[in-house]
Amino acid sequence: MMELVCPAGTPAALRAAVEAGAHAVYCGFADETNARNFPGLNFTPEDMAEAVAFAHARGAKVLVAINTFPRAGAEPLWHRALANAEAAGADAVILADIGLLAHAAERHPLLRRHLSVQAAAANPDAINLYANAFGVRRVVLPRVLTVQEIAAINREIDVETEVFVFGGLCVMAEGRCSLSSYATGKSPNMNGVCSPASHVAYSEEGGELAARLGGFTIHRTPEGEPAPYPTLCKGCFSSDGQTGHIFEDPVSLDATQLIPELARAGASALKIEGRQRSRAYVAQVVRTFRAAVEAQAAGQPMPENMLARLTEGQKATIGAYAKTWR
Amino acid sequence: MTAPLPRLPRPLRLAALPLPLPPLSLFLGAVTRRMSKSHPEMIRRLGDYAGHRFLIDPVDLPWLLLLHPANATMTAHRRARPPAHDARIAGSLSAFLAMMHGAEDGDALFFSRDLSVEGDTAAVLALRNAVDDAELDLTEEVAALSGPLAAPLRGLLGGAERATGLTLHRMTRLDDFA
Repeated sequence: MMELVCPAGTPAALRAAVEAGAHAVYCGFADETNARNFPGLNFTPEDMAEAVAFAHARGAKVLVAINTFPRAGAEPLWHRALANAEAAGADAVILADIGLLAHAAERHPLLRRHLSVQAAAANPDAINLYANAFGVRRVVLPRVLTVQEIAAINREIDVETEVFVFGGLCVMAEGRCSLSSYATGKSPNMNGVCSPASHVAYSEEGGELAARLGGFTIHRTPEGEPAPYPTLCKGCFSSDGQTGHIFEDPVSLDATQLIPELARAGASALKIEGRQRSRAYVAQVVRTFRAAVEAQAAGQPMPENMLARLTEGQKATIGAYAKTWR
Repeated sequence: MTAPLPRLPRPLRLAALPLPLPPLSLFLGAVTRRMSKSHPEMIRRLGDYAGHRFLIDPVDLPWLLLLHPANATMTAHRRARPPAHDARIAGSLSAFLAMMHGAEDGDALFFSRDLSVEGDTAAVLALRNAVDDAELDLTEEVAALSGPLAAPLRGLLGGAERATGLTLHRMTRLDDFA
């Protein structure tokens, strides 16, 4: 059966994921070492140790995301996160920075290393370099590849691949997007926050919901229409009398129906996005996808899921897996 | 989670109108103190945002509620005289209760416009995440304050839940989320 890798932003969400059938749960520490460094989220080292014990007692793994890029002079924070993950008994760490990968390989050789989507390794040469140089055992593929491209990559590598099947989408290769930095000075790559809430302001104006990021109005949502996240990539802008989503529409990934094809393409694990989401989201999405991977393993058709209401834009896409715009 | 959120039945809305605010604030304060005491990790998770004042606006009730986590207080206020606050969260009572009990996702309620936010967005996010992690159960918190009346109160609140569709207890994996 394909491994189902599920998000948890809090210990309660982790317990919900495990109880709903997650094979593995990914989570991070409450600091800028992980790419979901949001207020009120994440784990202390003590939380992490308890979470790992809870998951292991129920046969699930815990993967710790330490997937931001260390700032010069502040490397000890990232090094401590690695040591804390190993001390907690984590099954693997998810890393993006080559310096941190080198440190992990040298100082924590028994700690399994996965390559984060933030590293944006999207071809066999890049993946093989990470595997050979740093002993990476699994690569989370960026959400810019078709199913055929994933199959082509898997034919030329010897490590596992993990692919996203559900949740929010980024428009660019992850780890290389600086849109948030332009408006707020902070980015997911360096600070673990895309469009940080501290720079977001909402107001009701003339029947519309206006969302501002760093003082820039990035969309105005009419009454009755779904509100998107306040990210620049989903912004709706006006120029020369035209108004539209310049980068991408506010829709979310749902690749349920592609799971059999992704399995044939050689993907080992399926990833659900959403560490910033609640335990209600985690429970429902994980339960739905656990049923889907069991159906795939049994050769049965994929179930229709009813998760649209949980998604940004309240509608779904299969994104780059089928590049119909080509 | 796919069904529309229930609205507070009209008789209950009308019954709430004449309720005097001081005893209501006393009751809310007792429940808030109880929750703060029994879930200290919730206050830790809030960090500096525990000192913020959150205006909770259940749009189908006649009052506004001011929550101050650091002081473990919650007070009721007339809509005509909103108190000073750092952030405001508005939505139906059913949305607040469903989110608090893990039946609905806060982001999904925001996408669907069932919840809206004004003021310090980071503080609201911290509160949402801290409450979600605390796995609160209003029925059990109120029962714990009720001494020998706890058992009949649980039955009463269970009946109210079935009659109104409001989520009054913490969802578990045995509950139907759909």
